[in-house]
Amino acid sequence: MNSPGQPVRSLAAVAARATRPAADKPAKVRAERLNFYYGDTRALQDISVDIQPNLVTAFIGPSGCGKSTFLRTLNRMNDIIPHTRVEGRVRIDEADIYAPAVDVVALRRRVGMVFQKSNPFPKSIFENIAYGLRINDLAGSRSELAGRVEESLQQAALWDEVKDRLQESALALSGGQQQRLCIARALAVRPEILLMDEPASALDPIATQRIEELIYDLKQAYTIVIVTHNMQQAARVSDFTAFFWLGRLVEYDRTEKIFTNPTEKLTEDYVTGRFG
Amino acid sequence: MRLFVDRAFQVVALAVLCLALMALGALILDVWQDGARRLTWDFLSGFPSRRPENAGIWHALSGSIFVILVTAALAVPVGVAAAIYLEEYGTRSLMAKLIEINIANLAAVPSIIYGLLGLGLFVRGLAMGRSVLAGASTLALLVLPVIILATREALRAVPPSIREASYALGATKWQTVWHQVIPVALPGILTGTILALSRAIGETAPLITIGALTFVAFAPDSIWSPFTVLPIQIFNWVSRPQPAFRANAAAAILVLLALLLTMNAAAIWLRDRYQKKLT
Repeated sequence: MNSPGQPVRSLAAVAARATRPAADKPAKVRAERLNFYYGDTRALQDISVDIQPNLVTAFIGPSGCGKSTFLRTLNRMNDIIPHTRVEGRVRIDEADIYAPAVDVVALRRRVGMVFQKSNPFPKSIFENIAYGLRINDLAGSRSELAGRVEESLQQAALWDEVKDRLQESALALSGGQQQRLCIARALAVRPEILLMDEPASALDPIATQRIEELIYDLKQAYTIVIVTHNMQQAARVSDFTAFFWLGRLVEYDRTEKIFTNPTEKLTEDYVTGRFG
Repeated sequence: MRLFVDRAFQVVALAVLCLALMALGALILDVWQDGARRLTWDFLSGFPSRRPENAGIWHALSGSIFVILVTAALAVPVGVAAAIYLEEYGTRSLMAKLIEINIANLAAVPSIIYGLLGLGLFVRGLAMGRSVLAGASTLALLVLPVIILATREALRAVPPSIREASYALGATKWQTVWHQVIPVALPGILTGTILALSRAIGETAPLITIGALTFVAFAPDSIWSPFTVLPIQIFNWVSRPQPAFRANAAAAILVLLALLLTMNAAAIWLRDRYQKKLT
């Protein structure tokens, strides 16, 4: 990583300001002084951020800056990694998701996730979507199950391509189709929040464009948080952007402000491609 | 020079492979010459006799199959469950590491030691006598570590992304293991299990130790029946002085080999079938 102009100038001050953009609605997700440790290594330092409902929030920053780690604290996916520890709070609709009484399984149903590398189950297209519905007892009858599978595939703009081969293996789909299948699978359990960890980084430009259009459509119904390496993508799809650097949140604001008139020199250096 | 080494290594590896295959081929050819003419329906369906030309192996063949089925019924559920616990639930504690090392060691313990354990524990301690159940229990102990190791290996090969996908949908650990991990690991589990059982079917020492080397003239009809198995019948026949019995032994070896190859072929077939289903 190239060193930016004045790297460590005001990071502590920046974190303390907690960069909360003017909110029109109460925050859907609110992190409060969140710290995250892999063993003894502090990967996230005092992250405080309010994520707005029914908008797209992008996390940008160079590799290893903690943006994916932070994303995974929002549905407690980091719980399955041994020797990790969380301090601070994450509230979803004001309730702390790290409180002892929280049912992690129920939380993950509310907070869906799409991963960087598409990871369909080695089963049929239909079974991939139906799995989440079955394990959560969300479909009472066969026809209801089939209906919700179709609805999810429609939402993910995949239905027309796969409706005649629902019983074929999901692994026979193209990379872009597999990723849209993973989105459909996440949508099937009707989450409130959708986390996307670099969902298009392994896809070609056309498949990427389809995913971006999809994100635009989905924000009507979902609160979307997307991690991306690609700054043009963040500028295209998001309403708010958070810039992470070395485990800290440097700046968080409306996307057009981050990309046209950032407050921090560090943000400006990153979005103009001077490092990263 | 590098190319030469590369080429030389290829040649040496091929030569070693041929040597191993030739040894196996010579062995089978030799046994075939001795025993092929005894391979008749009467031989397969016959019972032991003082006269070698009247003797058959049905009692030993059915004993082998019966014992291995009971062994599988005992060892597979326990072994697979133990592996799932160790791989998916067990924490990386000191205790878990100790158990892990012990299982690896148990897999290397000579089989006659298991025979002694079976004699003390099952035949005498639990008063099972020299029954199919005692023999199968002993063999189950013998193959258990191998099944556990093979199953853990298969579970470990399941990509973490599949588990993550399942957890992210709100699946519990059990749902993730049962619906996603085990189906993907199944071909590996099946292959490892069948190979472990085909090791057990050729075992002689532990069964001799628990007393299966007695004259048994009938096929076992319950898990409490006394029994004998093919390797013991073969051992019995080769130690007779008459050459005709040795022909019987050679024929029995061919039957045992056929049984083993069938099991191994089944393992490969099952693995391919499931892999096709998955892709």
